[in-house]
Amino acid sequence: MSLTVQNLTRRFGQTEVLRGIDLEVKSGELVALLGPSGSGKTTLLKIIAGLDWPDAGRLVVGGEDWLDKKAQERRTGFVFQHYALFPHMKVRDNIAFGLTVMDRAHRPAPATIAKKVEELLHFLQIPHLADRYPAELSGGQRQRVALGRALAIDPAVLLLDEPFGALDAQVRRDLRRWLREVHDKAGTTTIFVTHDQEEAFELADRVVVMGAGLIEQIGSADQIYDHPASPFVARFLGLTVEIPVTMRAGRAEAAGLDTSALPRRAMADGPATLFLRPADITLLPSPEGAFRVTEIATTGALLRLRMEGPADCQAEAELPRRAAPALSLGQTVTLRPEVGHIFPGSPTPAQPAPAPAPVSLIKESSR
Amino acid sequence: MSVVAAPGAMAPRESRLVPRLLIGAAVALSMIFVVVPMAFIFSRAFAAGWQAFSQNILSPDTLHAIYLTMLVAVIVVPLNIAFGIAAAWVVARFSFPGRKTLLTLIEIPFSISPIIAGICYLLLYGRQGLLGPYLLANDVQILFALPGIVLVTMFVTSPFVMREVLPLMQAQGSEQEQAALTLGASGWQVFRRVTLPNIRWALLYGAILCGARAIGEFGGVSVVSGNIRGQTNTLPLQIDLLFHDLNVAGSFAAATTLTLLALVVLIGKTIMESRRA
Repeated sequence: MSLTVQNLTRRFGQTEVLRGIDLEVKSGELVALLGPSGSGKTTLLKIIAGLDWPDAGRLVVGGEDWLDKKAQERRTGFVFQHYALFPHMKVRDNIAFGLTVMDRAHRPAPATIAKKVEELLHFLQIPHLADRYPAELSGGQRQRVALGRALAIDPAVLLLDEPFGALDAQVRRDLRRWLREVHDKAGTTTIFVTHDQEEAFELADRVVVMGAGLIEQIGSADQIYDHPASPFVARFLGLTVEIPVTMRAGRAEAAGLDTSALPRRAMADGPATLFLRPADITLLPSPEGAFRVTEIATTGALLRLRMEGPADCQAEAELPRRAAPALSLGQTVTLRPEVGHIFPGSPTPAQPAPAPAPVSLIKESSR
Repeated sequence: MSVVAAPGAMAPRESRLVPRLLIGAAVALSMIFVVVPMAFIFSRAFAAGWQAFSQNILSPDTLHAIYLTMLVAVIVVPLNIAFGIAAAWVVARFSFPGRKTLLTLIEIPFSISPIIAGICYLLLYGRQGLLGPYLLANDVQILFALPGIVLVTMFVTSPFVMREVLPLMQAQGSEQEQAALTLGASGWQVFRRVTLPNIRWALLYGAILCGARAIGEFGGVSVVSGNIRGQTNTLPLQIDLLFHDLNVAGSFAAATTLTLLALVVLIGKTIMESRRA
């Protein structure tokens, strides 16, 4: 079913968790809510499920006002990060739960319920687990059961909170592919919350990037990756190197920077900030270079370097170790960005980037 | 629970000796303080033979005391279960001003001597008490009758169920209940099919402790019951009375009954614990 969120706000005491959210989700769409912790994405999901209530705004699903309905009446089948399976019930009974609690008039006959559970067990590729208890399952298996329990009630909207957050990397990748298949076959409108951009981009039809209670950008993976709409999105997507530049006739200029690889922009002249991924920077050793190498670390495959530029500007670069030019500490270099994004205005000082995990790893290892 | 195995033969002498000494001390103390006195009760009760024992037990006053004690337990335990679940649920699921204070209030009976509870009720419901005249005018008998005994026993045993259930509810969190809600379960269905099964062992355990305490309660009840033989004497009071009557055999026989009741409860608790593990 289609879902419309209009101007939704939610406050916890003094903190504004949601500051006016507008969102349209089409029927059958798979949408990711992507953002760092504290961006309000889980609160939005809980409001859609009826587990939390907004202070203002509208929530319409399939033409019905859902703010008039209790969680029981919405029947969304919320899937929790830690699954929240019922530990005293077998897998079979966990999946059947939503059907067995229906009122007498609508509840299917026991045989019908058993048949539906059997179908779901096969659909989710876990028929051999039917008579086990949740404690006897691995994380990935529990996730499948939790999804089965939610799908059993034919949810109007399927909601998943960090569905792969508690799993290890390999299981995560497998389940991701599997969830996409399940979604395509079941055709349920699905919204899931994640802080992992790779997960969001690979899995979702559309990604909604959230930050500090606002939607920063909505688009496909490619759109967001290639054209981040704001400095926040750029930082969140790993464009963690911020260099102050001056725009002149559509070109970014700064000391020690060779911007010949960047296309001209239709931007007014004046101060601006160039956002770069560490991997998109080529280093050109040069005696006149304005950046000085202060740290070199290796991961085996990659060399990670930190440089200090004019006016305390810090930069990081990442290059294949074997193909890297001979570099030493203290050497001066010129930076040539291959791809980058420019936003008007000076860099916001001392604002730590809400960086995703890999980038923060770089910082730690090179410290 | 993890139990450490005895150290290997090459362990230093004292590291083998200390556990043995401690184990020996624990066994000796429990023998001296628990097992021997209890065995003594049984031996004294049967000293005059089966005949005398059964005669003492079957005396109408003692039988009535047994009946009254069981009746009080049967009334108090279910009330306590209801109160314990409600209190634990409120404290575990909601944050509200005064939550900590409520928790402390509920635990007061643990630290207060039961006789104080008895006196409180005496001052509240007694003839000269706060509500006394009103109760007298409306012909409601609370003190020196079953209601008083039940009230005091309730007071003394009130924290047991709640204390057992609360940590479990807090550890479990509310996600399972929320999941059940989003699957369409009503509030009652969530309680019966998700909350209750999760706490069932703790609940039973708490109920057993509460039952044992209710059966054995002496101090508070002695203040409010009025010690009317064959009417308001519970088993512990009856034992006391028989003892002061110098009816030692009768007193020991009644004590044996109470001890047996406690042992049954203890066995129930042990079975429960082994199942829970």
